[in-house]
Amino acid sequence: MATAPTRLQVLALYKQFIKNSKQFNNYNFREYFLRRSRDSFKQNMALQKPEEVSRAYSDAKEELGILKRQAVISQMYTFDKLVVEPLNNKHHH
Amino acid sequence: MLRSAFVRTNNRLPKIASSAATSGSAAFSRNTLSPSLRTSSIRQYAASAVGVAKTLRSDDGLSIETHTDVQAANKEQSNIRTASKSIMSTEDGISSGTTALNHAYRENTGYGTRPIYLDMQATTPTDPRVLDTMLKYYTGLYGNPHSNTHSYGWETNKAVEAAREYVADVIHANSKEIIFTSGATESNNMVVKGVARFYSKTKKHIITTKTEHKCVIEAARAMMNEGFDVTFLNVDANGLVDLKELEDAIRPDTCLISVMAVNNEIGVIQPLKEIGAICKKHKVYFHTDAAQAYGKIPIDVNEMNIDLLSISSHKIYGPKGIGALYVRRRPRVRLEPLFSGGGQERGLRSGTLAPPNVAGFGEAARIMKQEYENDKKHIERLSKKLVDGLLANDHTNLNGSALHRYPGCINVSFAYVEGESLLMALRDIALSSGSACTSASLEPSYVLHALGKDDAMAHSSIRFGIGRFSTEEEVDYVIKAISERVKFLRELSPLWEMVQEGIDLDSIEWSGH
Repeated sequence: MATAPTRLQVLALYKQFIKNSKQFNNYNFREYFLRRSRDSFKQNMALQKPEEVSRAYSDAKEELGILKRQAVISQMYTFDKLVVEPLNNKHHH
Repeated sequence: MLRSAFVRTNNRLPKIASSAATSGSAAFSRNTLSPSLRTSSIRQYAASAVGVAKTLRSDDGLSIETHTDVQAANKEQSNIRTASKSIMSTEDGISSGTTALNHAYRENTGYGTRPIYLDMQATTPTDPRVLDTMLKYYTGLYGNPHSNTHSYGWETNKAVEAAREYVADVIHANSKEIIFTSGATESNNMVVKGVARFYSKTKKHIITTKTEHKCVIEAARAMMNEGFDVTFLNVDANGLVDLKELEDAIRPDTCLISVMAVNNEIGVIQPLKEIGAICKKHKVYFHTDAAQAYGKIPIDVNEMNIDLLSISSHKIYGPKGIGALYVRRRPRVRLEPLFSGGGQERGLRSGTLAPPNVAGFGEAARIMKQEYENDKKHIERLSKKLVDGLLANDHTNLNGSALHRYPGCINVSFAYVEGESLLMALRDIALSSGSACTSASLEPSYVLHALGKDDAMAHSSIRFGIGRFSTEEEVDYVIKAISERVKFLRELSPLWEMVQEGIDLDSIEWSGH
């Protein structure tokens, strides 16, 4: 196993997760991945052992790949906005 | 009795419904267009309504968006809006009502038009992570998993077996015990018909319940034509099976007991472990239809003595068109296959497997297990909020047991309102008054009947399904919309007037009909 990622690397990855989650055009998926990204990074903050941290890190990197691809797909096939979604303000967070 | 009153209210209801539809979003008026028009307009709208979708460009600068005709869509939408406004102004009879509905629709306040999806028992949205897995098998990995002479077959076969592991893992089964089918309906048919036929020489009796899904009930009925006796057990007012009654119903020639794990209409969880113990004691096969339960409540086939278990993929955010059947190997459960053919899936279900679907299903199952705690916490929180919010209205009650339930399925009765008309007035929320197969027919739900609810109560209930992708914002919107519109519909109802005046409805003798 590679050495544990630095704090900076983890934060950069977290930023990538939030950025890509926000790019989902589908409201429900966007909200879900934002919530999930925040929760899972928060949960993994408790990890202590270097090998656990590096495993979580490499898993997250793989998930980021999925997120990137799926965010693009979500932008390719778009549908009407939901009744709870404001029209002109894409990211109302 | 009460029926006649409902007919009366009904006569007035189409008005609301139509005004609701017109004052409501353009999205619904569009649904009245011809099917061919509909799909194209969805695309166009996406562009117009969204307006913010970031233009996606490939490297050479070509736009690869699927929606382009923004102007036409804008024009069409504004036409529909002006048309609906002119209709509204002529509709002066219930003007106060339309304002109430307008308010609830938030039509012109800069929000979208697509309804909130709260029908998770019918089907769930496909998880993007599942789609990501599936796409590989629709692009490069297209081999037949049963071809064992080349690598195209090997790679898909490997994916199929991995998926089988994931599916088995959720219910603590062995992967060899999982048979892929086209869905829970096929699995249920396979069990009820297959087990019964295999043991038909010595055993001629099947036990099931009155609240099962239609496919189990109908399959059991079909077996009656083949000379089987079928006992349909009653359920109590909470929707639970009486274990004593179940045990008493067992005969020496009983071959199968089929009880569903989580009910699709009321979300009640049956005591699987206790039923499993009874089945083991009497050496009867125990089948459970876990389409709504798989991955959502803890199931252990060994601990619960489950011999056969039906699973559906599209209820767990997986692809549509695939499901599975768990068939115990030790002690072996034998069943006669429905399909004859190449002998795939241990000879129980011939036919080439669809690797994209199987892999997607496997990924969905893996995510169900991985996200179990997170999903549970999220769904429980939203469910509690929704139940509290809805029951805060007068004369509403939760159907089915309040304790033994899956929180993601909520069935609420709104007395003195007709369920279908409430659904008509709720065009901005995708809900159902019961299971998808029965709601088309306006028949009151047989499940609620089995719980001892009268026609009026069964007619006035609505099912809410909360899932992984539901949000708090949506739940808040739904509570507000339902509360407002229930109030509005009740104001139209002569029954509600009488109730407000303190007249006991049961004391009235209705004339006619």
